[in-house]
Amino acid sequence: MSDTNSTITLEIRARAGELLASGEVKAFLGFAEGSIPMATRPFIARTPEQAEKLVWNSFCVINPAGFLPEVLKSVEPSRGPKDPPPEGPLPRVGVVATGCWSRNMVVQMKENQVSRDRLVILGIGSRGMVSNKKVQAMVGGRDITAIEEGEHSLTVHCDGEKTEIHRWDVIRDNCRTCTHPDPVIFDYQIGDSAGERHIEDRYVQVDKIEAMSAAQRWQWFQNEISKCIRCYACRNACPLCYCPTCFVDDSRPQWVGKSTDPVDTSIFHILRAYHCAGRCTDCGACESVCPMGIRLRILTKKLEKDVLEMYGSEAGLDLEAPLPLATYTMNDPQQFIIKG
Amino acid sequence: MKILKLEKSDLDKWLAEWMKSSPVYAPVQSGFGSFYDWARLEQGRMPELLPGVPKSSIKTFLFPQPETLEEFSADPADPSAFILKAPKTAEQLTIIAGVRPCDARSVSLNALPYAKDPYYSNRLRNTALVGFTCETQCSTCFCTRTGGLPTGTEGLDIAITRMDNTFLAEILTQKGELLAEAGRTGTDAGGDALSRLEQSRKNSGSPVSSADDPAPILREKDLMALYQAPFWQEIAEPCLNCGACTFLCPTCYCFDIQDEVIRDRGRRIRYWDSCMFPLFTLHASGHNPRGLKLQRVRNRFMHKLKYFPERFGPISCVGCGRCIRECPVNIDIREVYTDLLAI
Repeated sequence: MSDTNSTITLEIRARAGELLASGEVKAFLGFAEGSIPMATRPFIARTPEQAEKLVWNSFCVINPAGFLPEVLKSVEPSRGPKDPPPEGPLPRVGVVATGCWSRNMVVQMKENQVSRDRLVILGIGSRGMVSNKKVQAMVGGRDITAIEEGEHSLTVHCDGEKTEIHRWDVIRDNCRTCTHPDPVIFDYQIGDSAGERHIEDRYVQVDKIEAMSAAQRWQWFQNEISKCIRCYACRNACPLCYCPTCFVDDSRPQWVGKSTDPVDTSIFHILRAYHCAGRCTDCGACESVCPMGIRLRILTKKLEKDVLEMYGSEAGLDLEAPLPLATYTMNDPQQFIIKG
Repeated sequence: MKILKLEKSDLDKWLAEWMKSSPVYAPVQSGFGSFYDWARLEQGRMPELLPGVPKSSIKTFLFPQPETLEEFSADPADPSAFILKAPKTAEQLTIIAGVRPCDARSVSLNALPYAKDPYYSNRLRNTALVGFTCETQCSTCFCTRTGGLPTGTEGLDIAITRMDNTFLAEILTQKGELLAEAGRTGTDAGGDALSRLEQSRKNSGSPVSSADDPAPILREKDLMALYQAPFWQEIAEPCLNCGACTFLCPTCYCFDIQDEVIRDRGRRIRYWDSCMFPLFTLHASGHNPRGLKLQRVRNRFMHKLKYFPERFGPISCVGCGRCIRECPVNIDIREVYTDLLAI
């Protein structure tokens, strides 16, 4: 483990342990070591001893915000559906948050999914997370038996050989173009601030596709989603997807077919992306969890770009600002309604 | 059983000959090896085998997603409207090459619950499996802990093993014999081929017996003791309830059925379902007997490791490791084995 990661890991353990011991939080949501290389496991510590299992490394790709509503509920005293809410403040939950995750928490607060006063946030300036798919491609798809993380490099063990790769070469696309690596809200700072970053080619992946003809774009989209197996890992990993019944699961009426027919799969992906417009913080969880390696977040990145260009808004940066697609101003652009 | 000796060029010839009359599928690589999955072979596109298994399991061929069971007219003016008719299917052999022993074994395991399923049986009859035994066990492989072997031949029609610089092909079934004949090359490997094969497997250090098969032990365990075990909460807690594990698993065979109507044509399809989805058990009344994540996660493992062996004998897992490799939150079935066996 690199020095940075081990410092952050120790600080998380110490702080989470204290919070749990003092009773300030009832549960702490972070990551534990995985059972295979390049994997971590979302982990909920409920005792100071369990906090010792928490880790921090470059493979924490799941957005913990997605678990928050469930974990918050799990620490509430149990009550029947018609019982009144308990008196006094409800127990709190601790959680780790990088830039994008904290912005998701802001969105959740604005959408009344979690409340600020029930969270104790350990803010971490993100150095970016690594894409296991990119690492896999670096070693030609061979079985990786171990991986060691240095400050700026990864040592990959494969067939008894060691391959050294530069960390930044295998960073996730969303992390490479991230402009807000520091958390926007937190109660305790863990490790050093990552600082604001200025990225020249923030929308490079989107620009490439925008430059195509409509037919080429459709071809690109169809090709990308042809691998989809409709497992819904993307949807379920997304903290923005919290509808009690998703439109794809609805059967009365049935909006979309259940199998992998290209029309049905297209509808699922287009609607999934649109539901995230103005709310997505490009945390990359959807793309990281996709077992088929579909580059899903290019769709949401396009919507991020549109919302920024049209409404000058970026999701989750400001707790007070209105949600861009849930408000209006007289000078909102309307080219998409009125031609000319 | 006949064993043929083949050079690399003979293998290419076999595939080329088969392709003339049948669709042939095999694993190929793309994205610099980061994406390794089945594709239809054409002249010039040959298998590119990596250690371990391709992304999707072999069930894609025998239990396709979706499968049209019946077709019907939805035109009210048609006198035969809404009368179900079997779709026209050609009785054609599909050849799947480069199958790993774990995937091949899954085909036989799924045939147990599907023994009376006409669709599965029909596809099974029209599919030939040509396997490649494993020389390497990947970090997520665990076939020997499920009753299988890296050199196992169960479910295969032909099993090919590399020996030195040539290949030995065990012709295991009648279908295999037809394929070997159609390949029009290969020489008899001699009477002692099988013992040489076994000796070479022993020498390579590859496991020769599946001593760790948990099925007999799990069958004897008290069902309720496993069901009420304290560890389920911890296992289920990180689960996203997505279907990545079940859809990539070769031995997950649950499905749902729907009628789809587009304009005046309709079809009855069956498509993969997953016990990880809350909808899987939702009753029309609104009641859901497995409404909680813990209940769904527990069911997935109990089905594979307790209910299935009680009913059919073996456990419903072949140790391919796909669920471990692709689980977004690293739920590792090997840990569940260990937990269950410790009860």
